[in-house]
Amino acid sequence: MSAKLKDRIATGVIVAFSLLIIAILLGMLGYILVRGLSHISWDFLTSVPETIRAGGGIGPQLFNSLYLLVLTLIITIPLGIGAGIYMAEYAKGGRLTAAVRLVVEVLSSFPSIVVGLFGLLLIVNTFNFGFSVLSGALVLTIFNMPLMVRVTEQAFRNVPKEQKEAGLAMGLSHWKIITSILFPVALPAIITGTILAAGRIFGEAAALLFTAGMTTPRLDFTDWNPMSLNSPINPMRPAETLSVHIWKVNSEGIAPDAAEIAAGASAVLVLMVLIFNLLARWVGRLLYRKFTSIK
Amino acid sequence: MKAKQETPLLFRKHRAEEWIGRIYTTFCVTLLIVVIFSIVYFVASKGVSTFAVNGISLSEFLFGTEWLPDNNQFGALPFIFGSFITSLLAAVIASPLSVCAALFMTEIMPSWGKKVLQPVVELLAGIPSVVYGFIGLSVLVPFLRDIFPGQGIGVAAGSLVLSIMILPTITSIATDALGSLPRNLKEASYGLGATRWQTIAGVVLPTVMPSVLTGVVLGMARAFGEALAVQMVIGNAPHIPRSLFESASTLTSVITLNMSNTVMGSAQNNALWSMALILLFMTFVFVFVVRLLERRAKI
Amino acid sequence: MKLKKSVLLALTLAFSVSLAACGNNNNSQGSSASNGSSASNNKSAETKLSGSIIASGSTALQPLVDQAGKKFSETNSGVSIQVQGGGSGTGLTQVSEGQVQIGNSDVFAEEKIDDASKAAELKDHQVAVVAMAAVVNKEVGVTNLTKQQLVDIFTGKITNWKDVQGKDQKIVIVNRPGSSGTRATFEKFALGQKAPDLQGSIQEDSSGTVKKLVKETPGAIGYLALSYIDDTVQPLQYDGVDATADNVAAGKYPVWAYEHMYTKGEPDATTKAFLDYMLSDEVQNGDVVEMGYIPVSKMQVVRDVKGNVTNK
Repeated sequence: MSAKLKDRIATGVIVAFSLLIIAILLGMLGYILVRGLSHISWDFLTSVPETIRAGGGIGPQLFNSLYLLVLTLIITIPLGIGAGIYMAEYAKGGRLTAAVRLVVEVLSSFPSIVVGLFGLLLIVNTFNFGFSVLSGALVLTIFNMPLMVRVTEQAFRNVPKEQKEAGLAMGLSHWKIITSILFPVALPAIITGTILAAGRIFGEAAALLFTAGMTTPRLDFTDWNPMSLNSPINPMRPAETLSVHIWKVNSEGIAPDAAEIAAGASAVLVLMVLIFNLLARWVGRLLYRKFTSIK
Repeated sequence: MKAKQETPLLFRKHRAEEWIGRIYTTFCVTLLIVVIFSIVYFVASKGVSTFAVNGISLSEFLFGTEWLPDNNQFGALPFIFGSFITSLLAAVIASPLSVCAALFMTEIMPSWGKKVLQPVVELLAGIPSVVYGFIGLSVLVPFLRDIFPGQGIGVAAGSLVLSIMILPTITSIATDALGSLPRNLKEASYGLGATRWQTIAGVVLPTVMPSVLTGVVLGMARAFGEALAVQMVIGNAPHIPRSLFESASTLTSVITLNMSNTVMGSAQNNALWSMALILLFMTFVFVFVVRLLERRAKI
Repeated sequence: MKLKKSVLLALTLAFSVSLAACGNNNNSQGSSASNGSSASNNKSAETKLSGSIIASGSTALQPLVDQAGKKFSETNSGVSIQVQGGGSGTGLTQVSEGQVQIGNSDVFAEEKIDDASKAAELKDHQVAVVAMAAVVNKEVGVTNLTKQQLVDIFTGKITNWKDVQGKDQKIVIVNRPGSSGTRATFEKFALGQKAPDLQGSIQEDSSGTVKKLVKETPGAIGYLALSYIDDTVQPLQYDGVDATADNVAAGKYPVWAYEHMYTKGEPDATTKAFLDYMLSDEVQNGDVVEMGYIPVSKMQVVRDVKGNVTNK
């Protein structure tokens, strides 16, 4: 076999495999969307699920997913950025730093089910937070923090050295340089990374089974007192998220249209993740453009 | 911008600011360390009670093949085996595909690859695992049932679902490695009259191999810990399977199936925590291997 | 300045109290809740109940309790009821540790809790009966199996449907995991013995998945609660008896179990009122039947922990 022919065959194989990957994704997306989109309507997105009758919706679950996401981000962003800044700016490259880096790496590769079980043991049972939005958010924080740390550290390291030196030359304190010079420059990358991480939170299910619970109380969307039990924003109520709902409907649903609901909810979930991805790209590009033109 | 702050009078303010910053960031990092230690501590303290309280010997747990909770026999080898075989197979299936995708994006058609294949791979990474399980059960299992002996459910179905799930991990790491390859390396090869494939096989792949392996190990780590998608398609029989198309279990699937049905403190529940401890331990092993590979990649 | 401080202190206190209140709803032992207003003497005014109840556990029982809880809190505006899933084991764990007022379970607590003294602390309230039937794929051509045939199938002695007058088709067993309450019931009352986990058998915990697999897999056999059975699978007669609510109630069909709601010791007034409501005709003949369960009130037989059946 001549080298040329080998080259062609190899190229063919590589192209074929790449096309196969694209075909797999398109097939999956197509399958979910074709089966699910027809079931999505405004009513489906806003009404409450039915246990035994057909025609249930996913309103509370969609709200729970979003609420859990917001709560998680409120907890994660300050902590993750803080730790990321430490890694990028204060860490001195000694043994301690190496250890922290190892911690971040291990933490981000823990199986989600193990972290969920930890949440069940410590947060749900020992702290007695019960199956609640807050328990779920705390567990998701454990996943999300290492991601935020990495994103922040990377973003800070990518800031041109000259900018920092200029700050030093002006006699600013290190912290001042971080907050008023480095942080604004690093912000676009941090935001993009955060949105991408948010997509992951949105789809997480295994850990939430044990922490946020598999049920939702009847939510009263006129009651915005966070202490009231049926209030949507009460952090101590159990909250079944969209992905947990898919899992449950698939496995336990006795409503006659359970299969359609699962398909519709999957389609919504995939669309949300798609939106997160597109949003991350768009925001990243927008902020980058804004930043570079102002500079 | 804020030239006013240059006045030396503000020196004390600087000191205060500096302290706030240091304390705040140190607090965040300390929190990370506290979290990881408490995870390890709590899971270990539950997991160890199988051996300490229920008197199961470690060797019986790790190498026993009989899982009969009613009989107080807790051999977890079928689950350990299931986890290893499915994640290994998933890596074997996904690695060539991923490397090809990475080569396509960097060596063959960078423009088209970046525009089409990269978003595709990123999207695959974003699809939630419950959706993978849902598709696995409704499409893959009937498909396997039609063309292979058995019920469609089993190790093969589990590995295939996992392989698609870890494809993005391996692809993105391989793409990064290929992208950061020095140009002159390839140019030297082309300059000697090598074809593209000769260059890829002779120069490019050997150079990036440690990085690609890093991706493969990270992918395996993800497959090892994945729970819901696998549980839906693997069949969950507590035995070592005799074929790829026979029902089997993984550590994660047995935990998801039984954890909520058992009462905390019972022997079976403790055994499940011991399996969670194994998952935790394997995470450390995977991270350790990744570190070794990364060190080699740098040289 | 001093005033400001004390106001702040008061606010902090109020906040932490309210946080604590929503953190451990379970500390309202006795229906008087932790806040002063609702501590009005509920002995004299029996109708005015207050407090919050959390129930957790069995996912099978959860929809029923949830629906009844909704109605109960509509008539008793001072009571809020939260029903969570989590599985029978979780429910029993949490009620026994005092984290919730009610633990829902598909099985007797004695069967789940190793520590007998802990199990003895729990008080059983049986609120419904769930019956289950063996189901097969529609193509196997079998509609009745005897107890012995079922035993032989689930222990692996019979592996082909032709041995029980069906088609020439390999039998595929869709079982439940060893810790499942449904499996415990099926083994105890349909097989009369423990069945081993056969090599290659499928195990799924959730009824929906079991139904899907039995429907799609040629030669499959599994078992489902009656509420899950529809015309996509073939339910089997057991020793010639149809799996119907009437046969169960009359004691003719043996494969059934109680749904339990456990409290730790005697329930407080609010919880007791709710449990009484669960047993009222309104729930028993309404929601219980609607959800595919059999009302306890209709049962002509009773069964104890050991499985001894006696006429009522």
